[in-house]
Amino acid sequence: MNTMTAIDRPIVSGRNVGKLFGDFRALADVSIDVAEGEVVCIIGPSGSGKTTFLRCINQLERIDNGALWLDGELVGFRLDGDRIHPLPDAEIARQRRKTGMVFQRFNLFPHMTALQNVTEGPVQVLGESRAAATARARALLARVGLADKADSYPKDLSGGQQQRTAIARALAMNPKVMLFDEPTSALDPELVGEVLAVMKDLAREGMTMIVVTHELGFAREVADRVVFMDQGRVVETGAAADLMDAPKEERTRNFLRSVSHKD
Amino acid sequence: MSPASGAAAVPQTGPSPIPARREAAPEVDISKMILVRPRRWGRMTAVVAILLILAWLVKAFAEGTIAWDVTGEYMFWPTVLAGVWGTIWMSVACMTMGIVIGVVCAVMRGSPNPVLRWVAIGYQWFFRGTPVVLQLLIWFNLALVFPYMGIPGIGSARTVDLITPIVATLLGLGLNQGAYTSEVVRAGLLSVDRGQYEAAQAIGMGYWTSLRRIVLPQAMRVVIPPLGNEFIGLVKMTSLASIIGFSDLLRSVQDVYYLNARVIELLMVAAAWYLVVVTLLSIGQSALERRFGRGFASGVRTE
Repeated sequence: MNTMTAIDRPIVSGRNVGKLFGDFRALADVSIDVAEGEVVCIIGPSGSGKTTFLRCINQLERIDNGALWLDGELVGFRLDGDRIHPLPDAEIARQRRKTGMVFQRFNLFPHMTALQNVTEGPVQVLGESRAAATARARALLARVGLADKADSYPKDLSGGQQQRTAIARALAMNPKVMLFDEPTSALDPELVGEVLAVMKDLAREGMTMIVVTHELGFAREVADRVVFMDQGRVVETGAAADLMDAPKEERTRNFLRSVSHKD
Repeated sequence: MSPASGAAAVPQTGPSPIPARREAAPEVDISKMILVRPRRWGRMTAVVAILLILAWLVKAFAEGTIAWDVTGEYMFWPTVLAGVWGTIWMSVACMTMGIVIGVVCAVMRGSPNPVLRWVAIGYQWFFRGTPVVLQLLIWFNLALVFPYMGIPGIGSARTVDLITPIVATLLGLGLNQGAYTSEVVRAGLLSVDRGQYEAAQAIGMGYWTSLRRIVLPQAMRVVIPPLGNEFIGLVKMTSLASIIGFSDLLRSVQDVYYLNARVIELLMVAAAWYLVVVTLLSIGQSALERRFGRGFASGVRTE
């Protein structure tokens, strides 16, 4: 229950975060801290709010309760005594640059080659020169094993290659935290491994990562901590092995049992 | 290969018994056979029928009472060429205006700001709700409402001097075109997947950058065919401006045949020129479609 153990300086800190979609309570009192360099996997049944929480961190959704802190800043608002002011778009964009997002459906820009997908952010947002951005993009594509696919359009890449390009695109912005939203759920089974391998490399290099996933094997192997969510709430948090081998909560046990059926 | 029927009942030691078949499939490798392409009788019949009809039409017009040599003679007549030029530059100017207004208006309609949204809706409502001929006449007769126009402190002029046929045509057709183009652009914006906006935001892009770099280029792919339609329609709509005295192509050939009474011959001149202009536009459209279709399938069904 004590989420503050083993955390030196949380880079992401959710405090009783709540989110409503109409009458539907997508998130209720979600408190999650993530330390720098930590890999946290969020697991749970669909509709449990894990993706919503991720989307709140990079402000694709706006929270309704509690507070979210990112790298020491309040996400989405400026504090002014007992008032809050919504941040202007430019400030929101600046806060978003601290995070890199990898989507379930890749969301590569289809009218650009893999290389252009990766250089787009650095050139248009960070104002890097095209030459510098291209050199860096080629290095990033090589890092995810796609050096030879730089000039391919997304439609000519496999799902796994598209997702690896998307990871390179997010890394190109030099984010402090990488957010992964079910990055392998849309992939054919034989392509899952290549994406997970890239993510494992990232984790090994010390990247802070929050991963919403159904890949329990990956969570067990890579995650420092696993958070189990259900019905918009954090049910249980713990070290990967502890939570998965000896879950304390009944709901966690049920979920793990139902998922392991499929394996 | 496998034993004949009856063997299924005998217990086998192999990994999984293959059910016995009555006959083995014949040895065929289609790559070693002669391919007989299907005869497309429907297509062939259609081509013959179309050629016959065309031949009949050509013969009818060749034998009809049209002096084709007169048509040829007037193709490059200075008055006619001036009219062609008038039609072309007016179309290009009004389409440019239409696209600029159309994009702005489409973006306004998608804005979370209700003021912008309703301004856009009101603009579309007025300019799509009245006939374009009526709008041309109102612009041309604006002097009846406001005899003088000007900016306080700078100066003013008589409206009849300001609103010439050219200005009235630009305003009338351009503003009308903007109202229609905005719906075409809006359809294009709606066609772009939400995930594209989100991916653009996720790499820290502001709204305008994501619109310019990510969303509009993808919308263009969808927008160009109907936009080509609009452009072609506009080329012919310029002929409406002849009623307020703008010298377009149709007006120019009329000016000529009022003098020489070669009505049909000169109408054929106009028809030929309209076809030339529209053909050039279609070629330009194909080039644009290729440019913005990069990264997407072509849309032509393969056989």
